[in-house]
Amino acid sequence: MIQKRTQEIAVGVFVAVGLAALVMLAMKVSNLSSLSDQDGFEVIARFENIGGLKERAPVTVAGVRIGRVKTVIYDDKSYDALVTLSIAAKHNQLPEDTSASILTAGLLGEQYIALEPGGAETMLKSGGEIKLTQSAFILEQMVGQFLFNKAAEGTGESKAAEGAGP
Amino acid sequence: MIDWFQKLGRSSLALFERLGRGGLFLMRVFAAIPSLVPRPRLVIIQLYSVGVLSMMLIVISGLNVGMVLGLQGYNTLVDFGAEESLGQVVALSLVRELGPVVAALLFAGRAGSALTAEIGLMKATEQLSGMEMMAVDPMKRVIVPRFIAAIISMPLLAAMFSAMGILGGYFVGVGLLGVDSGAFWSQMQGKVDFYEDIMNGLVKSVVFGFVAAWIAVFEGYDAVPTTEGVSRATTRTVVHTAFAVLGLDFILTALMFGSV
Repeated sequence: MIQKRTQEIAVGVFVAVGLAALVMLAMKVSNLSSLSDQDGFEVIARFENIGGLKERAPVTVAGVRIGRVKTVIYDDKSYDALVTLSIAAKHNQLPEDTSASILTAGLLGEQYIALEPGGAETMLKSGGEIKLTQSAFILEQMVGQFLFNKAAEGTGESKAAEGAGP
Repeated sequence: MIDWFQKLGRSSLALFERLGRGGLFLMRVFAAIPSLVPRPRLVIIQLYSVGVLSMMLIVISGLNVGMVLGLQGYNTLVDFGAEESLGQVVALSLVRELGPVVAALLFAGRAGSALTAEIGLMKATEQLSGMEMMAVDPMKRVIVPRFIAAIISMPLLAAMFSAMGILGGYFVGVGLLGVDSGAFWSQMQGKVDFYEDIMNGLVKSVVFGFVAAWIAVFEGYDAVPTTEGVSRATTRTVVHTAFAVLGLDFILTALMFGSV
């Protein structure tokens, strides 16, 4: 009978270790522990261009994550992107004139939304809209613009040099 | 020429016949599952030989695979100055692919072959017929407990493999190569999604466990009851499980992550 007992203990340990591994994967490895901001409040923001912003991207204030992007939809009427932000309920003291901009983590990292609180007395309500938004920084456009400016500068300089020469 | 067609025809008929027998066998297994409810002990005994005895192999392999991933991942990532993403690389590759697949392959080699050999030898030594003589259904007494034990063990073993792999990656990355510990975990948590990655990995390991268990017990039950027949059946278990797992892995990955 002792053998039966050890066998059962071994099976018990096996199942327990297996379940513990699953729990570790769920809690320590995945984002399940930080997913609990579902019951937060939602605000919307309209952007001209969201660049590469994805659903579930972080929403930060002063660099600290306080929520996630819930949905990104294209609005047929105003031709812009309608982004719904889900923000943790305990951070509901955002002034009404808070501004939202889409930034990039690092040079090529993922994009996230940074909120910058304004100075208004009234606070944003659930379902409210952030009016001040700044579109995503799009590297290709910036490079294009930079080259264009450089070219314009170059022709301007050469003209100036021609004018000053003789 | 005609001979060639005949050969082709014969082998495809044999293939379909086998598949059909496997399918019917699976039906009988399903039909016999309820008979286990009053006798859970039969499953516990099998869980010991299928699960507990495979645990050491899985844990050590997982640790080694994780350490190798840590080393190789670091060497590639350090060129881009992105060695902080090591945790994410190790965790995603283990949870999504390597955990379920490698665990299933090891499982087929360690437990599947043993199941086939055991059942095949029972058949060869006419123990199964003996049970039938005593009005004991070998399906309920021998096959189903092993089948269920294998299905229960596989996801647990795959989870252990992934968890140990991540720890191995952590030891090498953080302990040996000096990746920042906080960045290792936070980058991992930032990018590994519970439903998308962990749950899909779990689904994969359940599917692989089902396939591995099915192939192992079917090959044993269907083995030619001779010494040679049993040895062939054991080989077939390992080979077919490997094919099935790798083929299914592609299909499942395409279904789960194809659109991501």
